[in-house]
This record gives sequence, structure tokens and C-alpha cells, in this order.
Amino acid sequence: MNRFIWPLVLVLGLIVFLVMGLRHGDPRALPSPFIGKPAPEFELPTLKNPEVMIGTANFAGEYTLVNVWATWCVMCRAEHGFLMDLAASKSIPIYGLNWRDSRPDAIRWLGELGDPYIASAYDPQNRVGMDWGVYGAPETFLLDPEGTVVYKHLGPLDPAIWEREFLSRMQGVNQ
Amino acid sequence: MIPEIGQFAMILALVLAAIQFVVPLVGAYRNDVAMMGVARTAATGQFVFVAIAFGCLTYAFLTDDFSVLYVANHSQLSLPTIYKISAVWGAHEGSLLLWALVLAGWTLAVARFSAGIPEAFAARVIGVLGFLSIGFLAFMILTSNPFERLVPAAIDGADLNPLLQDPGLAIHPPLLYIGYVGFSVAFAFAIAAMLSGDLDRSWARWTRPWTTVAWLFLTLGIALGSWWAYYELGWGGWWFWDAVENASFMPWLIGTALMHSLAVTEKRGLFTSWTLLLAITAFSLSLLGTFLVRSGILVSVHAFATDPTRGFFILAFLGVVVVGALALYAWRAPSLDSDAGFALLSRETFLLLNNVLLVIATAIVMYGTLAPLIYQMMDWGKISIGEPWFNFAFLIPTIPLIVLLGMGMHAAWRTQPTGTWLDVLKLPAIIGVVLGIIVPLFVYGRISVMLAVGCIAAFWILVSSLVPVIRSLRREKGATGMTRSMLGMTVAHFGMGMFVLGVTIVSAFGVESDRALSPGTSTEVAGFEFEMRELRNVTGPNYTAIEAVVDIRKDGGFIDTVRPQKRQYLVQTSPMTEAGIRAGLDKDLFVALGDQLGNGGWSVRIQYKPLIRLIWLGCLIMAIGGLIAASDRRYRVNVREKSKAPKAREATA
Repeated sequence: MNRFIWPLVLVLGLIVFLVMGLRHGDPRALPSPFIGKPAPEFELPTLKNPEVMIGTANFAGEYTLVNVWATWCVMCRAEHGFLMDLAASKSIPIYGLNWRDSRPDAIRWLGELGDPYIASAYDPQNRVGMDWGVYGAPETFLLDPEGTVVYKHLGPLDPAIWEREFLSRMQGVNQ
Repeated sequence: MIPEIGQFAMILALVLAAIQFVVPLVGAYRNDVAMMGVARTAATGQFVFVAIAFGCLTYAFLTDDFSVLYVANHSQLSLPTIYKISAVWGAHEGSLLLWALVLAGWTLAVARFSAGIPEAFAARVIGVLGFLSIGFLAFMILTSNPFERLVPAAIDGADLNPLLQDPGLAIHPPLLYIGYVGFSVAFAFAIAAMLSGDLDRSWARWTRPWTTVAWLFLTLGIALGSWWAYYELGWGGWWFWDAVENASFMPWLIGTALMHSLAVTEKRGLFTSWTLLLAITAFSLSLLGTFLVRSGILVSVHAFATDPTRGFFILAFLGVVVVGALALYAWRAPSLDSDAGFALLSRETFLLLNNVLLVIATAIVMYGTLAPLIYQMMDWGKISIGEPWFNFAFLIPTIPLIVLLGMGMHAAWRTQPTGTWLDVLKLPAIIGVVLGIIVPLFVYGRISVMLAVGCIAAFWILVSSLVPVIRSLRREKGATGMTRSMLGMTVAHFGMGMFVLGVTIVSAFGVESDRALSPGTSTEVAGFEFEMRELRNVTGPNYTAIEAVVDIRKDGGFIDTVRPQKRQYLVQTSPMTEAGIRAGLDKDLFVALGDQLGNGGWSVRIQYKPLIRLIWLGCLIMAIGGLIAASDRRYRVNVREKSKAPKAREATA
């Protein structure tokens, strides 16, 4: 045993510690304090008609998707086709949260690409987005029939992710 | 097509890096000249292919190729061209490619400028650098491919983070990386020396200029980052002890210790094992910094990418590199103890103290950076270690460091007679104390203990750095003048003095004040009158902004007009603050717009920052000192010739 071995011992300790640190908090599993809890309540005017309100009250009773989107969001365009397919399959009601966007742009966008949503809530000021802990668009929340957040996905949806992360979490639906 | 060429070039570079690692090291082991000769060729080829990959990514940005995911996420049609280029390293994947390019560049430089170094030694150095290249290229190809396609292609990109759309931050990462990665050369030299077991002083001389150049780039990179934070983040601070800043500061501190320790090893053949350990540590801390930033293990305002797979990869690579190096060290170092002695009062003693204090300073920064993580893991609750803690703790080793610096500069190697030493130090000490009290008291009108300590220390270094220069100018004809090494050291220490003076004065006399201003009203801060003349809307290429026109007057006399802006970028909608700064050597006047108030006015942060420019100017002078020292003649003359000389002398001694 010589004194020159101490740096090695010290570093091995540090590495073990850092590995534990990485395992401790998986940074990609972004803190979703909402998972397993009731979705934060909200009520917002719909995108297409400011007179009509939409909110958590509309969701209860079945599995529901809440998709956060915006016209400036490139990846939203990427997942849009899949959302259209999903809506056509009628397997789950999809609601939109139009986020930090402008109403005319958003309506034109849905006109061009099609509208997969039963309705979109209009949230230009990021009020509900803040309550729901939205990091960026697109983001998709899966709510169970009781209105509890079951899962939250960051980034665009595609059929593989849908099957792996969403369908597997929905009990007794389409299975 | 072009992105695929880039990806292909990246894979070819990985293959060449593998060749560059294996063949020269085996060649050096077997003493096979042909195999050693592969080192330079492979290093050149590796650089060429990494450069091609880098060029392809740049091309994708310049041509707005939004079918490349990385481009689509970090650029936009209306982004100004210069930021399309800097966006290449604006996020995780591209900054890794820049890292690989810089590493390949350093390797090429070693291959090109190592003609005087024994072939086997150069082959080992280049081989070790090849291993590091393998790590980074594989990391990119496996977990962070910048050329990944986006299908279908995006119509327009998501834009570069507005924080990064700034000339300062466009060149900050390249400078920082050149510094960070440059320590890999010192690391490779240390490993090569330990592999060969031939640890005479020539090893230290070969390493010195490389270390100094890496250090000067790191100095510039950190200073530029600090300057950017000052005018772009809108808070007017210049250092935040943020985890990312600390990640670059720790290698700087150890790199500084390494430069000083290398001097002892080269001149006196002492501290060899310690110097080796510092060379390993400096680069390990660069890697640790990358890990901390890229793994998302610490939450930081700067963290762009968080991904545990990437974290594990960097950690595994860090483990292999550092554990391997330290195991080699534990095996080799015991045979390196030198019996050459030195007196208590000698330059060696001061350099030893310099090293001890710098290592303590590094340990403090490291503790402060990692402690929140430790607490979180041990479930001791969350703690946050903030600026006040760092500001206080960091002074404990640095005040003695600064005081000793002035003394050590004038001490001779081996032994320094006390009498002549005190003669030299008397004058700088007196001038330092006098100026250190007079300047704060009469120029700025206040004095306190800490203030006096800071100012005296600063003037003490400034004046004692001038002594050798004045002596050299007044020397008799025929006497030897200063070498570039000595001049470089003196200049760098003078820069350090400027830095200390700037920090002391700005932290004691800086004024920060939040006021409410609306067009036509004015307010007074630190004796200056700030009048908001008008508010107007302006439009930039990819943003719109509200701009305030603020006139600054003192005693009725007009000084300047500044135009702070609050920008709204069109794609990434976060608002950005663009401060209006009247910059001057003696003081900065800083106006930043806060939030809009109800009555048509704005909250405005006004700051008076005396001598803040000396902080960055001091860093610049330090870097210039490094440049002068690295250009010393003795690093350029045919080293092979010279390296025989000391050996011959030792043989006869």
C-alpha cells in the first residue's frame, strides 16, 4: 500500500457516488408531480369559439388524451398525422391545449392540416400550461376515467410510443 | 446527402482514432518505428474527417436543412447568418462535435510540432489522445448523432435559444473548449511519460508550452462567459458560482497549479509525482465538467441537454480514463521521489504553497458544486449553496495566495538570501499599503478592513510585478535581460493584480437599484441622473423589441445615451433583456428594463459598476502573459539536441 494509491481510491468513491446520483433521479423522467394525482383543474375558452368554455369537467368518465400544441412548434407538425389517425380510429377522445399561440394562426393551422381534437382550449398566456407543468410543446397527458394523470409524454407521438407507453397504461380499453 | 456524408466522415474518424490509439502504442511498446510512424498519419486523417463532419453540419445550418433534426431544433429561416454558424455548437450534439474537432485539432498540433520529441514518446502521446477521440466520437455516434434526420422535414426551425444569439456567446464555447480540451495534451504527455517510465525533466519542458496555451484559452473563454453573463442575463453580476461556471473554473484552478508545478519540475526536477497528478486532475476535471453539464445531474441555468443514457456514457468514459490514469500513477509514482532539496526560503517553497492553496480553492468550489447533490442523495433535504457562501469560502485560500504571489515572484530557486529579498520587497510593500488605503479612501470615499485587504493585495501584486520589468530596463549593458518566460509570468501576474483590484472595488462600491421610470421622468443613482426620454418599438431580424432611450447626466452635464431593450423573439417566445451599458475603464453605467408597470412605466434596474472592466481586462492581460511565456525560445529550439545536455551534465555530476 503506498500513498500514491489514494487519488485512485478517492476517485473510485466519487464515481460510485455519481453513479448513485444518476440512478437516484432519472433526469429524463422529468418531475411529473401530477402523475397519480388528479389533473389540475382549469376552464378556458375553446380555440374556435371564445364563448364556449372547456375544462377538466369535460374529461371525466373515460380515458382521455390532452395534447399540448402550438403552430410555432415544429414537432407538433410532425405528430399531427398520427393524431389524425388516432382520432379517426375513435379509440380515445383527444383534447388539445393550444399553448402560447395566436388564435387566427391556430385556426388556420387546423384548417390546413385537419382537426383531430374534440376541442382545443386556448391558452396564449401559459396560464394552464403553468399549472400543468408544461415544459414545451408537444406534450401529451393521459388521464384515466377518474381524471387522474396516468402518464405524460414529452415530444411527438408516433404509433410505437402510443403502443408502448399509452395503450399499456389503459386498462380494459381496446385490449 | 450532405448530412450523410457528415455522418460517414464521423464514422471514418472513429476508425482512424482507433488506429491512432492502438498502432502507435503497440509500436512504442515493441519499439517498431514503422508502427510508431502511423501516429502522425492517423492523427492527420482523423482531423480531416472530423473537420468534414463539422463542415457538413455547418453547411446544413447555412442552407436551412430542416430535414436534419438538430438543425430543425436549433435554427430558423430568419436567424442571422452568424448565429446559424454559432448554432452549430449551440446545443448538445453540435457542441460535442466541436469538442471532437478541437481534440483532433490539438492532436494534429502535437503531431505537427513534436519533431524534436523522441519518436516513441510522441507516438505514445498521440496514441493516448487517440483513445480520448474514440471516447468522444463513439459518444456522439451512439447517443448524440447531430446528423439524425427528421421525417418529414420541418417547414421552419424552432430557432436557436435567444440567450445564445449574441456575439459573445457565439465565440465563448470554442475558446472554452480549446482550453478544456487542451489539458488533454498535458494529460497525454503525463500518461506517455508514465508508460515509458522515462520521467526526466525534458518531459516537463515538452509539456509546459502546451499547458500554458490551453490555460490561456481557458482564461479567455471563462472571461468571455463572465462578460456575456454580465450584459446578457440582465442582472449585472459577473460571476454566479453556477454549476456550469464552476465546471470550467475547477480545471482552470488546477491548470494554474499545474503551470506553476511544471516550472518546478522543469527547472529543478522536483515535485514530479505531484505534477503528474495535477496533469491527470486538470483533464479529469474537464471531463467531470462535461459530465456535470451534459448529464443533467445538477440543475443549472445553462444545462441544455439532460439525458441519463448520455450521463452514463460520459461517466463510464470518465471512469475508464481517470481510473486507468490513476492506476498507472499509483504504480509508477513511488519510483519518482527526488532527493534534490531546497531551502525554506526559496521559490520552490512559494510554488508549493501556491499549489496547496489552489488545490484547497478547487476543493472548496467542488464541495460547493456537489454538496447540493450529496444532500439530495442522502435525503438530508435540499440545500442550496449560493453566492455568499462561495464568496466567503473562496477568499480563505485566495487572500494568502495573492499575498504570497508577490513574495514568491522575487524568490530565487534553491535558496534565497533573506536580506536581498527583503530589499526587493520593501518598496512594493510600502507602495501597496499606501495606495491600498489611499485609493478607496480618497477616490471612492470609504474604507473597511476587507476593502483595505483587497486593495493592498491588488496594488502589492501590481507594483511587485513591475519591479522585474523596471530592473530589466535599467540593467547595465551586457547583463542578461528577461526571458520571455519571466516576462510572461510578470505580465500574467500584473493581470491578476488588475483583476483583484476590479473585483474588490466593484464589490465594495457597486450600486444596484431598481427604479420605476416612464417617458419623461428621471431618477438619480450613485450621483448620476438617468432620464427616460422615450419608449419605442424596434424590429430586429427575428425579434421585436421595446427600446427605452435613456440619457445619463452628471451635475447637469450630458454623459451618454443608452438604449436598453426588452426583446421578444418571434419563434421562441421568451422575452430577453438587452442591457444598455455605458462602458468605461473607470466605471460602467448599466440600465436594464425589468417589467412593464401599470401606468405606462417600466421597472428599470440601474447599476453603477466602478472598475468592473478591470475584471475582464485583467483576464485578457493574464492570457497575454501566457502567450508570451509559451513563445519562449527554449521551447522552439531543437529540443532533441537540448534534451541530451542535462542528461550529460547529470552523468558527469
